[in-house]
Amino acid sequence: MKNPRRTQRIAFFCLFLATLFIVVPVGLIVIIIFQKGLPAMTWQFLTDVPRQGMRAGGIFPAIVGTLYLVSGAILFALPIGLLAAIYLSEYARESLLTRIIKLAIVNLSGVPSVVYGLFGLSLFVVFLKFGASILAGSLTLGIMILPIIITTSREAIETVPQTFREVSLSLGASKWQTIRHIVLPNAVPGILTGTILGLGRAAGETAPILFTVAAFYLPQLPRSLFDQAMALPYHLYVISTQVPNVDEKIRYGTALVLLVMVLFMNLIAIIIRSQIRKKKKW
Amino acid sequence: MVKFTVTDLSVHFGPTKALKKVTLDIEAHSILSVIGPSNSGKTTFLRMLNRLNELESAVHIDGTVLIDGQDLLILPVEEVRRRIGMVFALPLPLPLSIFDNVAYGVRMHGEKKISRLQEIVETALQKAYLWEEVKDRLQESAFKLSGGQQQRLCIARTLAVEPEVILFDEPCSGLDPISTAKVEEAMLKLKEQYTIILVTNNVKQAARVGDTTAFFLMGELIEIGKTDKIFTVPSDNRTDGYIRGKFG
Repeated sequence: MKNPRRTQRIAFFCLFLATLFIVVPVGLIVIIIFQKGLPAMTWQFLTDVPRQGMRAGGIFPAIVGTLYLVSGAILFALPIGLLAAIYLSEYARESLLTRIIKLAIVNLSGVPSVVYGLFGLSLFVVFLKFGASILAGSLTLGIMILPIIITTSREAIETVPQTFREVSLSLGASKWQTIRHIVLPNAVPGILTGTILGLGRAAGETAPILFTVAAFYLPQLPRSLFDQAMALPYHLYVISTQVPNVDEKIRYGTALVLLVMVLFMNLIAIIIRSQIRKKKKW
Repeated sequence: MVKFTVTDLSVHFGPTKALKKVTLDIEAHSILSVIGPSNSGKTTFLRMLNRLNELESAVHIDGTVLIDGQDLLILPVEEVRRRIGMVFALPLPLPLSIFDNVAYGVRMHGEKKISRLQEIVETALQKAYLWEEVKDRLQESAFKLSGGQQQRLCIARTLAVEPEVILFDEPCSGLDPISTAKVEEAMLKLKEQYTIILVTNNVKQAARVGDTTAFFLMGELIEIGKTDKIFTVPSDNRTDGYIRGKFG
């Protein structure tokens, strides 16, 4: 390797290839799902209940169920996660205990989702007697995404320059005023990123809702927090493996709806984030 | 009149001794320049006076600091920092508009009336010699100002909360000579109303604006006295060496 320019070209090529390996499968998945799922997209498919043992009709209850579950999970996890992140990064003194807590939170995000499902089953469904319900499912999903929200919010809070805090404090502002007026507004984009990640994860997971909320077949909409509900990921699992002879386009159509829903929710968060960044004065 | 009485003040950050048994008085309505090489403890000393050192973990403080005879270390920290303003080494505007930067401190202390805020902002900007340059663009981001303007904005922001003392931490280290001259002019004017403590790396600046000069070395106060005396007949030859640029 005497020629540095050739070395550089080879290095660039390897890096490019690695990137390609990541992009191509993602692209293929999206293309296949769109290709096979689009023919199923009719008004009836989106607004009707499943019929003929889920071999025909629509997936409306599952869409609504997933929307409820995701909103419930975010409603529960965002405030708690954000407050915990503020405490850990701004108030907690560095000690063995806080280090262990931080490590535990990071590790929690690596726990398999089926374990969260079991946890939700024993705590919410059985012990707190919520039964298999939207409430139990939302809380289980919420607990599952808490570590993501805490970790990303903490990072967002900690990347706000220390000098801003010093300036604010040096003007006689209290610690809470500094957090409220200087730290949080500048951490919002990062916090939203964490929320986006959590949202996508909550919408897509099957295992945590399996024992806590998901109904195999429930052709009406839930009426209260204590009702069971259908959900897209579980419905997809059911029509792909449990019910024979389901038309391929219904399966891919369900996957497509789930995909588009998550993308759409991400899009909203991304738009909010860019609006805030535009307003940012630095 | 004595503003600060510092007695046997020692500050440790973990195992590092940043300040060793410093004892000195600071006169009101005068400028005290604090000079010394880096790691001499001069910034630690400054940040002691508005208790910013307490933000560091593992800080240990011994000794007493009195302001107007009251113990600074037991007064409510927000009150201390309102009475003792600070201008930092680099221009550090908050990510807000020019107006909101200057109004920030007053707002945090509970002033909500917009007419009153406008009055305060205008007065503060005038005192910092910035009003004429920014009066037509108060709603623009503070980051659009030049470095020198930003530093004067920081001075205005400090003045807006009407402190009694202003701490300057190497306020001109990032500025060109003309901006430096403007900041120094502002300081000389300000000492009529405020007590000023100026930490500087620039020995000539200390000689130009300081009434009193203190020389710190390795966390110890070597010498404090009238600026004329320190710069002509210092009693310690380490002071002499530093001023003549023999080390530092």
